[in-house]
Amino acid sequence: MPTDITMPQLGESVTEGTVGRWLKQPGETVAKYEPLLEVITDKVDTEVPAPEAGTLAEILVPEGETVRVGTVIARLHGSDGRAQAAGDHEGHNGGEVAGMRRDASTPAPAVTEAPDASPAERNTFLSPVVARLVAENNLDPALITGSGQGGRVTKQDVLRFLAEPAMAPASGTGLQPASRAPANPGASFSAPPTSPQPAARNPQMSALPEDAELIPLSPMRRAIAEHTERSVRTSPHVTTVMEVDLGRVIAHRNANKAAFEHQGVRLTFTPYFIQAVVAGLQAVPVLNGSFTEQGIVQHRRMHIGVAVALDEGLLVPVVRDADEKNLLGLARAVNDLAERARTRRLQPNETQGGTFTITNHGTSGSLFATPIINQPQAGILGVGAIVKRPIVISQGGVDAIAIASMSYLSLTFDHRITDGATADAFLAAVQHALEQYA
Amino acid sequence: MPEINLLEAIRQGIDEMMADDARVFVFGEDVGIRGGVFRVTEGLHAKYPGRIIDAPLAESVIVGACIGAAMNDTLPIAEIQFADFIAPAFNQIVQEAARIHYRSNGDWTVPMVIRAPYGGGIHGALYHSQSIEAFFAHVPGLKVVAPATPYDAKGLLKSAVEDPNPVLFLEHKKTYRLIKGQVPDEDYRVPIGPADIKRPGEDLSVFAYGLMLHYALEAAQTLANEGVSVEVVDLRTLRPLDTRTILTSVRRTAKALIVHEDNLTGGFGGEIAALIAEHAFEHLDAPVTRLGGPDVPAMPFAKPLEDAFMPSPGKIAAAMRKLAAY
Repeated sequence: MPTDITMPQLGESVTEGTVGRWLKQPGETVAKYEPLLEVITDKVDTEVPAPEAGTLAEILVPEGETVRVGTVIARLHGSDGRAQAAGDHEGHNGGEVAGMRRDASTPAPAVTEAPDASPAERNTFLSPVVARLVAENNLDPALITGSGQGGRVTKQDVLRFLAEPAMAPASGTGLQPASRAPANPGASFSAPPTSPQPAARNPQMSALPEDAELIPLSPMRRAIAEHTERSVRTSPHVTTVMEVDLGRVIAHRNANKAAFEHQGVRLTFTPYFIQAVVAGLQAVPVLNGSFTEQGIVQHRRMHIGVAVALDEGLLVPVVRDADEKNLLGLARAVNDLAERARTRRLQPNETQGGTFTITNHGTSGSLFATPIINQPQAGILGVGAIVKRPIVISQGGVDAIAIASMSYLSLTFDHRITDGATADAFLAAVQHALEQYA
Repeated sequence: MPEINLLEAIRQGIDEMMADDARVFVFGEDVGIRGGVFRVTEGLHAKYPGRIIDAPLAESVIVGACIGAAMNDTLPIAEIQFADFIAPAFNQIVQEAARIHYRSNGDWTVPMVIRAPYGGGIHGALYHSQSIEAFFAHVPGLKVVAPATPYDAKGLLKSAVEDPNPVLFLEHKKTYRLIKGQVPDEDYRVPIGPADIKRPGEDLSVFAYGLMLHYALEAAQTLANEGVSVEVVDLRTLRPLDTRTILTSVRRTAKALIVHEDNLTGGFGGEIAALIAEHAFEHLDAPVTRLGGPDVPAMPFAKPLEDAFMPSPGKIAAAMRKLAAY
């Protein structure tokens, strides 16, 4: 009896998952706990290990397809060899599945050129540079001819592979990533596809111009594209901007940085902004809501997402129950989530369930921006760069010019949920919390 | 340009610096009338009366006296007859010379050169074959250079004499008369610090210095005939190390081999390997590899054992081949 491999539940509130990549093909042997496939939920990729040793008999759900938790996605034959997988999977065309990231006609058979590199024995170790190149170019290393020891794919092999004119634009077969897009609309998201055929609006490419190159969409890029597009289509976005004097926050941070350091915590500005957002949400709770046809869902718990920029995209890990944490707890949580986001070690549910989001675009020098709402939240706060500027202060009826550390706060809110005056009240509460920080 | 050997290049460097600046003098065992056991200072005793001084057989005195002299407006060149004998001067070099600048907040410096012939392969046995660079390259405040060609040796010697702080100048004995090269008549310097790519290549990077540089170049030529393009980087200065050249080379070729004659464990190659692992990890396509002498107490006397100890062009070529095939 073959063992069924089912879509695992990767996180508490996760109901479905997308097959990101099959790491094994039908007929290949797999050891117990060896990664079998990658599953994408929202923006996190997770490897799913084989429950037992054996041979992968068939793949039932191809890469890119989203199914509910518990769905049978593959079958595995036990290692005792009771069943032979060879004939089982003929109708499923495993080769095509393998080829989706890259032209299936690229010379995969050439792998056998290396003398001792039968597919099963091939040295599949990826050196650091090969791992990086493969990730950056979104390649499937299994399709690259390995010339190293035991058929190992070397840096030179990857560079040669990338230099090959493998795109075959005339036939169109080289454009698998783009041409597959409409087949799995919104595949990367667990949210029900309420909107009609979202991917259909994206331009399709028929032929790649000679002087251009095609950058395949990584799962993260595709997820960001789908999410941002859906968000601007779903919510009427309005952005309102206020400025804030961060003098007291900076003074507090300078005074406490060393003490935090002693406890192993790097104190950044982000926990202060989380505290201020919590104060804002307590003053104007409607910004902690979600719009539905039945009414606005008012969340009581405050789970604050914090955008973390990565080289290859963006992740938004969530600080849970931010209103119940003090500055130290928030700083520790932000340190931990940001570090694990950068090293791609977040658990799937750690990017889900946020009720409001902060994006600190000022770290890259931006003064103010109009961020896109992280659905299904009501708003997102953008924090601009902290800049010393002359400001006019009044004391005892006398005006004077002083130097202050100023930043712009931009709030994008969903106009279906609330209106400008209410949003401004929230933003004013955030501003007040920061300027009067004690 | 005349072709001279490495020993003659060093002698020229000393000669020209002494002619230029009356503060320069040489202090070491047998350096005077005898002209040094290797004849590096031959002829200079007569040319510069009173400035080529024979020292007692006491290395701590040689270095200690030069430290004092250097702090009193002279530019001493101390000669340690064999690097194997430098141990008695370790305290003077490490505790005093290397620290004066730091300790006096820059008020005092020790502009001294310590020349030390090192290395084996010359049938010198236990006490005339050692490599000592790892002990001293560890010490902040001390510069350590190890030239491999006559041009670099002369240019680096002049820079070392002019350097305001102590420089340990390592001369591989086997290169003295074996290695010849063109050296210009005109005055020039080779700065302390920068490494030099002696042979550009694409497939792997080899880092070496002293005699091992020449063996690595020979091995690289063998590999070229086999279709493997090897880049050979001459470190020239071990401290301060030219990390930029090392990392740039490895990031391009993605493979690194470090060769030194000193025994492997705790050798200077470990420092380079760590540098590469830390700062070029994502560019590596093979394990960072070291080739060094075996961890035995000293260079043996018997010819077959000495050959077994020394990295040779053949051993280096084998390591290159293995790395290229990885």
